[in-house]
Amino acid sequence: MSELVHPYHRFIRPTVTHSSFCPGCGDGTIAQSILRAIDGLDMDMDDFVFVSGIGCAAWIPSPLFNADVLHTTHGRPIAFAFGIKMGLTEKKVMVVSGDGDLVAIGGNHLIQNARRNIEMVVICSNNGIYGMTGGQAAPTTPMGVKTTTTPYGTFENVFEDISGLVIAAGASFVARWTTGHPRQLTASIKKAIQKKGFAFIEVISQCPVQFGRKMGVGNAVQMLEDYKNRSISIQEAKKLSKEELKGRIVVGELVDLDKPEMVEEVTRMRKKAMGGAEAAVDTGRS
Amino acid sequence: MDEKRVCTGRYFMMGNVACAEGAMAAGCEFAAGYPITPATEVANHLAEKLPQVGGAFFQMEDEISSIAAVIGASWAGKKAMTVTSGPGISLMLENIGFAIGVETPCVIVNVQRGAPSTGMPTIGIQGDMVQAKHGSHGDYEIIALCPSSPQEMFEHTVIAFNYAEKYRTPVFLLSDAFVGHMREEVVIPEADKIKTIYRKIPELGTDPLKLKGFLDENVAPMPIFGKGFKAHVTSSCHDEYGKRNLIDISALDKFVRKLSDKILKHKEEITLVERDYEGAEVVLVSYGGVSRAAAEAVLQARKKGIAAGTLRLITVWPFPGEEIEKMARKAKHVIVLENNLGQIYPYIKAEAAHFSEVSFLPPKLVGEIQDPEDILKKIEEISK
Amino acid sequence: MGRTEILIGGVGGQGVVLSGILLGTAASLYDGKQAVQTQSYSSELRGGSARAEVIISEQRVTDPEVRKADILILMAEDAVGRYLPKIKPGGLLVIDSDLVKGVKPGEYEILSVPATSIADKEMNNIVVANLIILGALLKKTGLLSIASMEKAIEVSVPQKAKALNLKAFQRGLELT
Repeated sequence: MSELVHPYHRFIRPTVTHSSFCPGCGDGTIAQSILRAIDGLDMDMDDFVFVSGIGCAAWIPSPLFNADVLHTTHGRPIAFAFGIKMGLTEKKVMVVSGDGDLVAIGGNHLIQNARRNIEMVVICSNNGIYGMTGGQAAPTTPMGVKTTTTPYGTFENVFEDISGLVIAAGASFVARWTTGHPRQLTASIKKAIQKKGFAFIEVISQCPVQFGRKMGVGNAVQMLEDYKNRSISIQEAKKLSKEELKGRIVVGELVDLDKPEMVEEVTRMRKKAMGGAEAAVDTGRS
Repeated sequence: MDEKRVCTGRYFMMGNVACAEGAMAAGCEFAAGYPITPATEVANHLAEKLPQVGGAFFQMEDEISSIAAVIGASWAGKKAMTVTSGPGISLMLENIGFAIGVETPCVIVNVQRGAPSTGMPTIGIQGDMVQAKHGSHGDYEIIALCPSSPQEMFEHTVIAFNYAEKYRTPVFLLSDAFVGHMREEVVIPEADKIKTIYRKIPELGTDPLKLKGFLDENVAPMPIFGKGFKAHVTSSCHDEYGKRNLIDISALDKFVRKLSDKILKHKEEITLVERDYEGAEVVLVSYGGVSRAAAEAVLQARKKGIAAGTLRLITVWPFPGEEIEKMARKAKHVIVLENNLGQIYPYIKAEAAHFSEVSFLPPKLVGEIQDPEDILKKIEEISK
Repeated sequence: MGRTEILIGGVGGQGVVLSGILLGTAASLYDGKQAVQTQSYSSELRGGSARAEVIISEQRVTDPEVRKADILILMAEDAVGRYLPKIKPGGLLVIDSDLVKGVKPGEYEILSVPATSIADKEMNNIVVANLIILGALLKKTGLLSIASMEKAIEVSVPQKAKALNLKAFQRGLELT
């Protein structure tokens, strides 16, 4: 009998024996959606460079994915990815990290690179909590929730609409899904990979250990059911008032537009600097 | 090196511009930074020149992202640099540690200015000397060069790139507003006279599982991105394959030591000094712009028949303790001159004090290099 | 001539640093001498204090700081208090006499140049007062050759301002 091998096993780094996610974590769903998208586009891991920051979601590509992976400092993966993309313009650069990494400590890199509309894919696993360090409040933690750093309940307003921020900053593709929408998520990741521009996908993702258990919102299955119940498509949401949308998760492809992309603009600038001569982006060193 | 990159000729050139020309000549392809006095001329000049050879300067949202982008570009295979002043370095320090941890070639130019904090932006002091070595957390070694003239701003920038590429490490060029804004004759040689180095990379097609791309005292080949090496690059404790290990203390020990040993093993070839102390009883030890006042004071002292000499440190990090010892064994008195309140003095004293008297002559005003007359007085006093 | 230390003090926007660059360029690239030019300025680009130092020597310039100025050029009243103590006994003090009024006689020779009013009346542009001063200085001292200074202006001044700057320099040569 031949050995059974998972179809995406070929995407996993051979030296990796297990993932570092807790049972029930949504990051496994995100990992698989990314790999399904790459497979669905008939692409190879060598077409990509993955960049991650610090936090649970950063461990999705690092070390799991058998590709070039840069695991960077807290909050800065998009800034590192900027340099990688400018150096390897022909590669797809994908940042995978959490809400704390990308939106709290690294918020300005997210804003400024969305503004630049530099071609890269940023996948933000939003679990509403600092998981790896043991359940501290995040900007995305709902107001009033007790966490290890807010034993009397959080007293800050919650960051409700990360995707809205990225849209306002100027990204050309923005989608939001939950881990209860793996097929839709995969489809959006495919689009994001092909997008000429800054493509941001926010994935509302369950952390049953730090968020679910400690805050009494249930286990992974209950959290996923809750996501599904609260989700509403962007098309449906447009028909409702702000009041009616309270507590709902608006999902779908929120923005998909074409606008000047930075790598192309840099190539244009180089041509100008060279006096109209063909811009040599790569020095041709092998 | 590409002739388009080298503007061969004789110029009356500002130090900061000479630095940018040095970067061009060294093969810099990517630069990122954030505007700051007194370093902006380097960035401005690179912004004009780099695109002409297919590169670019990028103005980032802050210095944190500047150094991050530089590290990213370096992993993409590009020769990369950033330029800033003290406040910018303070923001960069975490990622400088990252660059050291994952052995990333890059050049960091610090045109030092009046500090601490926002200080006095247009005044040059040598206030960030120890920050370069110890600013980021943990034990590590770094390379730092101290130019004393616009000509050296050009030459040392080329050396900085070569060291960075050869030893896969960040290299500091520790200039200051005084030298950075100084204009003097700069002679840029012909392109074929400028030696440039590019990092070793693994043979294409090497099995990623067999690729030892990290933690080799003899400098591992760099598994740059985009070549199919499937490099896993993490600044968390890792082994020579890049594999993360967050459990074994022995792995941490190896991680810390190998990174440092890589620099220390090559210290002799990294160390650049200028010795002029043959037969001298009093030796002035200095670096950067101050060394010019030291040289003048020694000229005057010799005219008066005093056996004085100089030792100028061009490489300040790794600290050239052996050079200090060699000098101190011959001298009776060592006078340390710096344009600060004595940052490298303790290091010099630790090496020299076994063999000679060591004293520090602080500047009268921090920000103004010592008056050769004052130095001469001190020499005379000591040699009485 | 051994080492000549020149200090120029004024305010931002007067071309203080450009004067230093021109002296250094002329000496270093065209007059067979060695020169170092350094500068300091406050953070305001216009109206703040500005200082340029130039050292010209037959030999390599070791110490790059002006310790006692052989030539002190003052282009603003503000600069008098700040820099007059830096002049060497017996040195030459050059002033823009339209702007610098409060200089008392002392252990120095004074070269008084109404540079701003000449620039204003004859060239309709006070910005080139510094070139008039440089012309007067070279005429008076023979510090550098006139041809070298003209070449320095050629390479250091933006294309569209060259003619005006040369004219102002030549006007300065006619003074004293």
